Amino acid sequence: MLKISLDKLDKLFEAISASQTLYIPVDREDGAAEYKKYESGMKLSSALNTLRSAKDFFFPQTENLVDFKMEGKNIEVIDVREESEDFVIFGVRACDARSFTILDKVFLAEPVDSYYKNRRDHGTVVTMACARPAETCFCGTFGIDAAAPEGDAACYSDGESLFIEAHNEKGQKFIDSISSLLEEGDTAKLEAVRAKTREILKKLPLAHLTTDNFGGDKLNEYFNSDKWGELSESCLGCGTCTFVCPTCQCYDIKDFNTGHGIKRYRCWDSCMYSDFTKMAHGNPRLTQLERFRQRFMHKLVYFPANNNGEFGCVGCGRCLSKCPISMNIVKVMKALEVK
Amino acid sequence: MNNDTLIPYIGVVTDIRQDTPDVKTFRVVSPDGGKVFEHMPGQCAMLSIPGVGEAMFSITSSPTNKEFMEFSIKKCGCLTTWLHAMDVGQQITIRGPYGNAFPVETDLKGKDLLFIAGGIGLAPLRSVINYVRDNRANYGDVQVIYGSRSKDDLVDYQEIIDEWMADPNIEVNLTIDNPQEGWDGHVGFVPNYVKELNPSTSKTVLVCGPPIMIKFTLAGLKELGFTETQVYTTMELRMKCGVGKCGRCNIGNKYVCKDGPVFRFDQLGELPDEY
Amino acid sequence: MQEAMINRAKQLLADGAVNRVIGWKRGEFAYDITPAVFETAEELEKEFVYDDFTAANVSKYLVKESKKEGKILAFLKPCDTYSFNQLTKEHRVVRENVYIVGIPGGPKLDAEKIKAKGITGILGVKNENYTLKIDTVYGEEIMPFYEAILDKCATCKSKKHVVYDELMGEEGDVLDSNRFDMVEKLENMTAQERFDFWRDQLSKCIRCNACRNVCPACTCEKCVFDNPNSGVENKAPADSFEENMFHIIRAFHVAGRCTDCGECSRVCPQNIPLHLLNRKFIKDINSLYGEYQAGEDTTSRAPLNDYKQDDCEASIVHERGVE
Repeated sequence: MLKISLDKLDKLFEAISASQTLYIPVDREDGAAEYKKYESGMKLSSALNTLRSAKDFFFPQTENLVDFKMEGKNIEVIDVREESEDFVIFGVRACDARSFTILDKVFLAEPVDSYYKNRRDHGTVVTMACARPAETCFCGTFGIDAAAPEGDAACYSDGESLFIEAHNEKGQKFIDSISSLLEEGDTAKLEAVRAKTREILKKLPLAHLTTDNFGGDKLNEYFNSDKWGELSESCLGCGTCTFVCPTCQCYDIKDFNTGHGIKRYRCWDSCMYSDFTKMAHGNPRLTQLERFRQRFMHKLVYFPANNNGEFGCVGCGRCLSKCPISMNIVKVMKALEVK
Repeated sequence: MNNDTLIPYIGVVTDIRQDTPDVKTFRVVSPDGGKVFEHMPGQCAMLSIPGVGEAMFSITSSPTNKEFMEFSIKKCGCLTTWLHAMDVGQQITIRGPYGNAFPVETDLKGKDLLFIAGGIGLAPLRSVINYVRDNRANYGDVQVIYGSRSKDDLVDYQEIIDEWMADPNIEVNLTIDNPQEGWDGHVGFVPNYVKELNPSTSKTVLVCGPPIMIKFTLAGLKELGFTETQVYTTMELRMKCGVGKCGRCNIGNKYVCKDGPVFRFDQLGELPDEY
Repeated sequence: MQEAMINRAKQLLADGAVNRVIGWKRGEFAYDITPAVFETAEELEKEFVYDDFTAANVSKYLVKESKKEGKILAFLKPCDTYSFNQLTKEHRVVRENVYIVGIPGGPKLDAEKIKAKGITGILGVKNENYTLKIDTVYGEEIMPFYEAILDKCATCKSKKHVVYDELMGEEGDVLDSNRFDMVEKLENMTAQERFDFWRDQLSKCIRCNACRNVCPACTCEKCVFDNPNSGVENKAPADSFEENMFHIIRAFHVAGRCTDCGECSRVCPQNIPLHLLNRKFIKDINSLYGEYQAGEDTTSRAPLNDYKQDDCEASIVHERGVE
C-alpha cells in the first residue's frame, strides 16, 4: 500500500490544499475537535471524532435555496445556486463515512436534491481508521468496521506512517494528485495495529448491542410499547441529539427578509421540537412522548422499512455523550428489547 | 445545474372567487398564459408568497381543464390570510405537482363512485368529480354527497347548482348542519345523511372533510357494509419540501407528501395512529 | 449517601407520605445519568443513583410533576434548592406537592473533562481520596478529582439549602465565591476584545435550544423563540446577528430570576460558557441595586420587579457605555 511518513503530514496537507480546499479535524481551545479549512501550520487533531458530525459538508445547518425580489404584484425568482468548488474532507471516521451513504439514500433519491448533490459531487471523502475507539462507540452494531472505513479513499496509521488506498475513481484521482509524496510501504505493522483495534472493538461495553430485534417489520411491536413514557419522561425536547447526529436530515424551509429581498433558506430541524408537525389547525404529535418516539422509530423501524433494512444510525456515539439528560438510542434499544 | 423542485415557478392569480365567508378560490396561470404544470386529480402544489410563507394546497381544478389551475383556500393561518387579502394580478410562487393521485385511470376505472365531502373537503374531490364528468364513459354511477355548516359554507355552490345538479349523469345530495332560511334541502350531518341515503355497497367511496366527519362517515359506511378497501381519503399534514425528504409529514414508513396524500383506509390502518 | 437516600425514599413511599420520587437513574456508563421519576422500592433499588456524576438539576421537572396527583419526593442539592425557591416564587411549582429532602451537593464531575485528557474507553470511575481512578479498555488511568469537576461546581456559590422539608448530611454555608472572576476579566477587556470573545463563543451555537430547555428560569408556556408571529422565531441563526441575539435576549429574559445554577453551560453541546452572560447581569444587579440572590427566598421583591426611590437612574446604561 502507498504510504507517507506521519512527520510529513504537513507536506501532504500543503500539497492537497494547493489544488483544492482541504478540511481537516483540528483541536479547538476547549479541547473539542472540529473541521477547519486547512491553513499552513494547522495540526491534525488526535481526537477520536469531531464534536459536530461531518454531515455539515454536504448538508449544512443553513443554506440559501433561492432568492426572491418582490416588486408590486410581481415576484422575481433568483436561482442562487453555484457550482461547488472541489474539496477534500480528510480524516472522516468510519461512522461518519457511512452516514453519507445514508444521507445519499434521502437526498439523491428522486427527485434529486441538487444542493446536496452539488456538494457531494465535488467533495472527496478521505477517511481515517480508528485506533482508539471510545466506550460510546457502537458502529459495529451497524456492520461498520472502524478499522476499515469506507469513503472515496481511506487512511490507516501504524504509528509511523500513514497508509492510503483508494476505494473508487474519485479516491484514485485524489491519490494520483499526491502520488509524488507517496511511496510503497510494508503493511505488516499496520496489520498488527488493525488486529489490535479489532480486539479493542470487541471489548467495548456496547460491543454486544445488535439490531436483531429491530427493522422495518417491527412497527406494531414497538410503536405502542409502554416503554416510551418512561424513556421520554425527562427529555428536554431540545435538538441536541438531532443536530450532533450524522444521519438526522430533517429540515425546515424558511424565508428571511433582508430588507432588500427575500432569502429562502433551508435549515436543520428536529422532530424533537414541539412545532415540528404543528399546523394552523392542530398538531398530530402533542406531547414529547410522540416526538421522542418518532425519532427512534424512524431510525430503527421506518428508515430500514424503506431502505432494505439499513438503519438510520451509525453508532458514532455523539448523542450518548451530548444529550443533556443522557437519554439515547442505546438506552432506547435496550429498553424496547426487554419484553 | 438541473432544475430543483425546491425552486418554484411563478404563477399569476387571474381570478379570485369568494366561495364562502372564509373560502376563496384562486385561479392561477403561468405568466405566459396556460397552466404552470400538469397534474392528476388529488395531487397538490406548494403555494407561497415569499416572506410570508409556503404551504401545500390541493389542486381543485380538474386536469381536463387545459387553461388554468384552481385552488380553494380556507383562511386559517398567516399565509392564507395574506392570500385572501390579495388582488387579481398578484404573482405567487408555485411548485409541484406533489403526491400521488386518486387512481382515476386504474382502480377507479369502471367503478360506481360515491364522493362524500364536508366543508372545504370538497376541494380535492372537485378535481376528481370534474375529471370523471369529462371522462364520463369510463365510470359507472356517480353520486356526490356534500355537506357544510350552512348554505353559505358550501364551497363551489354555484358550480354544483349550475353544472353538477344539471348533469343527468350524476346524482348530487346536499346537506347543511342546521335549518336555514332559504334552504329547502336536507338538514343534518354528513355521516347521518350517508346512512339515510343508504348507498349501494358496490360503490367505491372517496371521502374528504374534517377529521371528525371522516371518522363518523367511515364508521357509518362500515355499518352499511362497506369495507376499508373500498374507501379512499386524502390527508393533510405539515409539509415543507413536498418530496419526502424534510421529514415533517412522516407517518410510519410513509411520507404523506410523496406516498400520499391519497390513501385507502386499509392502507391507513397499517400506519401508526399519528395523524 | 446513595444507600441512605434510597432507604429514606423507600420509607417515605411506604408511609404514603409521597407517591413518587424524582432523582437520577443509572446509565450505561459511569457518567451518563438520566433524571427520572421512581414509583416503587424495586425501581429505586435497581436504578436510583447518587454519586459524583449526578449533576443534573431536577427542579424544573417539578413544574410539571408538582401538578400531578399526590406528593413527590425531590432530592435537591443546595444549588437546586435556589431554582426550586425561585420557581415557587414565580408560582410555577406547587410547593405543597413536593417533599424536599436536602442532600449534600458537589463538586460533581464532568465526563467531558476526563475525556479531554485523552482518557477514553471509560469503563468505570472511582474517587479515592480525590484522585480519580479510571478503568478503561486501555488500562487504568488516574487524574486529580478537582481537574475533572464541572465549571458550575468550581465556582459554587452556596452549600446551603434554602428550602427543604428535611436534610440529609450536614448543612453547609453560603460561600465566598469566585464566580465573578471571569465576568470581571471580560469587563476589563476593550469593547472589541469582548465582542471578539463572544463572537468566537456564540458562533459555535447550533441552536439546539438545550440551554433554554434545561433552564429552570425558562418556563414560559410559549417561548418567544417558538412563536412564528414573533419575528424572531428561527431554528437556525439566519445571520450572526440572530446568533448573538438568541443568547443575549435569553439572558435578558432571565435577568433577576436566574439563580446561577449553571445548567445552561453544563448542557451546551458546544461548550459555550453561557452562564457568563447571566452572571454579568447578576453582578450588575448586585452593584446597581444592592446584593440580591435569586431563589434565596420566596418573598422578597426582585430588584428588577421593584421600584425604590433610590434606584439608579436609567442613564446608568448610557454612562457605562462610554469607554
